[in-house]
Amino acid sequence: MSWLSNLTPPGIKNMFKRQDSGDSLWVKCGGCGEMIFRRDLEASLQVCPSCNHHMKISVAERLKHLFDGGIYETIALPEPVMDPLRFRDEKKYVDRLKENRKKTGRNDAMEVAAGSIEGLPVIVAVQDFDFMGGSMGMALGEALIKAAEEAVARRRPLVVFTASGGARMQEGILSLMQMPRTTIAVEMLREARLPYVVVHAHPTTGGVTASFAMLGDVHFAEPGALIGFAGPRVIEQTIRETLPEGFQRAEFLLEKGMIDQVVHRKDMRQALSRLLRVLTKTGAVATPARPAIEMERPKAAGGGERAAPVPLDKAAE
Amino acid sequence: MRTYLEFEQPIAELEGRIADLKQMDGVNVSEEVQKLQAKADQLLADTYARLTRWQKTQVARHAARPHFSDYVKYLVEDFTPLAGDRRFGEDAAILGGPARFRGRSIMLIGHEKGSDTASRVKHNFGMASPEGYRKAMRLMDMAERFHLPVVALVDTPGAYPGRGAEERGQAEAIASCTEKCLSLGAPLVSTIVGEGGSGGAVALAAANKVLMLEHAVYSVISPEGCASILWKDAAGKGESKAPEAAEAMKVAAQDLLELGVIDAIVPEPLGGAHRDIPLTVERLGDAVETAIHELEGMSPDELRAHRRRKFLEIGRAGLA
Repeated sequence: MSWLSNLTPPGIKNMFKRQDSGDSLWVKCGGCGEMIFRRDLEASLQVCPSCNHHMKISVAERLKHLFDGGIYETIALPEPVMDPLRFRDEKKYVDRLKENRKKTGRNDAMEVAAGSIEGLPVIVAVQDFDFMGGSMGMALGEALIKAAEEAVARRRPLVVFTASGGARMQEGILSLMQMPRTTIAVEMLREARLPYVVVHAHPTTGGVTASFAMLGDVHFAEPGALIGFAGPRVIEQTIRETLPEGFQRAEFLLEKGMIDQVVHRKDMRQALSRLLRVLTKTGAVATPARPAIEMERPKAAGGGERAAPVPLDKAAE
Repeated sequence: MRTYLEFEQPIAELEGRIADLKQMDGVNVSEEVQKLQAKADQLLADTYARLTRWQKTQVARHAARPHFSDYVKYLVEDFTPLAGDRRFGEDAAILGGPARFRGRSIMLIGHEKGSDTASRVKHNFGMASPEGYRKAMRLMDMAERFHLPVVALVDTPGAYPGRGAEERGQAEAIASCTEKCLSLGAPLVSTIVGEGGSGGAVALAAANKVLMLEHAVYSVISPEGCASILWKDAAGKGESKAPEAAEAMKVAAQDLLELGVIDAIVPEPLGGAHRDIPLTVERLGDAVETAIHELEGMSPDELRAHRRRKFLEIGRAGLA
């Protein structure tokens, strides 16, 4: 691009500049390195048209694509205490929170929405990796509990899209406590016999994987998503060897029996709809009773009637 | 031979001098020994009354701290160790089995770190693999079947971050074990007796009652791990900033009681649990017995509801 930008007069350059953001017009694919026109990438749901590499998709884009007509209702989430430990490392946690709120326009790392997928009403929760790496603190725990409660109250399935580096260290033990707390959310769905589907997006690791993300009735994953408990770097340091290509990727987890399907982003709506319609018996019709089939029975001695049971003490004779 | 921690060096010197004096035959040193002993005791009391969170972390990891095998020895009788997850293998990082505890039948489950090089390797330093959690689940199922209270003892740096563990579903095993704790129809009392390391600890600690020994620590990540990420202290493997991370994360039992995460603290003998193991175990036994007693009248559904209420409450009230 540089030679082109140097040659193009400023007026022409501005014509190509996007008005809504400072982002460039072209995006380099993290998979194959190809330059992709940003608008093409948006049309393909942030999936590289040449190599199918799934890039990060914003929460808003995901929800818009997922729901019928791009229409959904945002569920208001509880706001727990901010910075319960008054944590500071090289920066104050409250300042980090403020920055991330400004950057993402949301309060914390999860959004919960209600809408329909191919006519089927569902509750959907999406983790926002852009908000402190999608890390799980009290707000996320409360958000997932709220999502489960909404699903139970409205008798709808819950679909959760995960993307997280794990626990939010700045909330210390209270972030760890979200592992059992989000597990309780899953249990609420189980008791209400409502389907709970987890879609693992890149990356899903740490305490999130080791709690609600691995407890779905069904696990879908996006191609190439990194899914695991420990991060690859930690494992490599522990075992002092390099991990093979594809380790902890969605396809690897499929092979190891931890997820049910690797689903391309463009097929997700259909895959979810097909699954959830069957699980919720939506559109199921009772077929008229078939005429009874004459079953062949072993003929007992003395005619077609069933033989009288032989008393046990006589049976041995 | 007692192992002293770095911050205990002044105590070590005094106690060393006392030991030397006692060795001297024929010389009347009792007065001097008495004086030194009083000084050493005072110093020990002062030091342990003011332990920083990082020092507590070191006490919690002390090599001579009572381990699962000590609890088996002093806490229960008629222990039958059970092995294997019936799916893949046996993981000696988590041990357990039925036992008699002060007249009651219970299921005892806990991490074992090992106490010398060979046993540490055998128990993988208390870092469990999926098989360990799956075995714990198997034992909890059995406890429920036979109406036995479950007593869990948590002491782990964390779940094992190894290749095989990942391949066999470490995350799923931890998640399911946590769910098993929460859905268990028998009383579950967990005590953090040493290190409560992250998800590997919580998988055995989603309990009706969660207790901690006085100098035990319980945290979302090790202070070293936290330091290497948040203080970008990777070069020093997080060690130089670990004390700050331990302070910031508030890893001590006293912090957790204040945050409403645990129910009670079990006092340790002066100078830490390792200075008097039978006394430590006895005090733990008293606390566990009280906890079981409170839970014994509850039905399976009441026990589940109790756990759910307790964990949903955490972080919702009393914080400002």
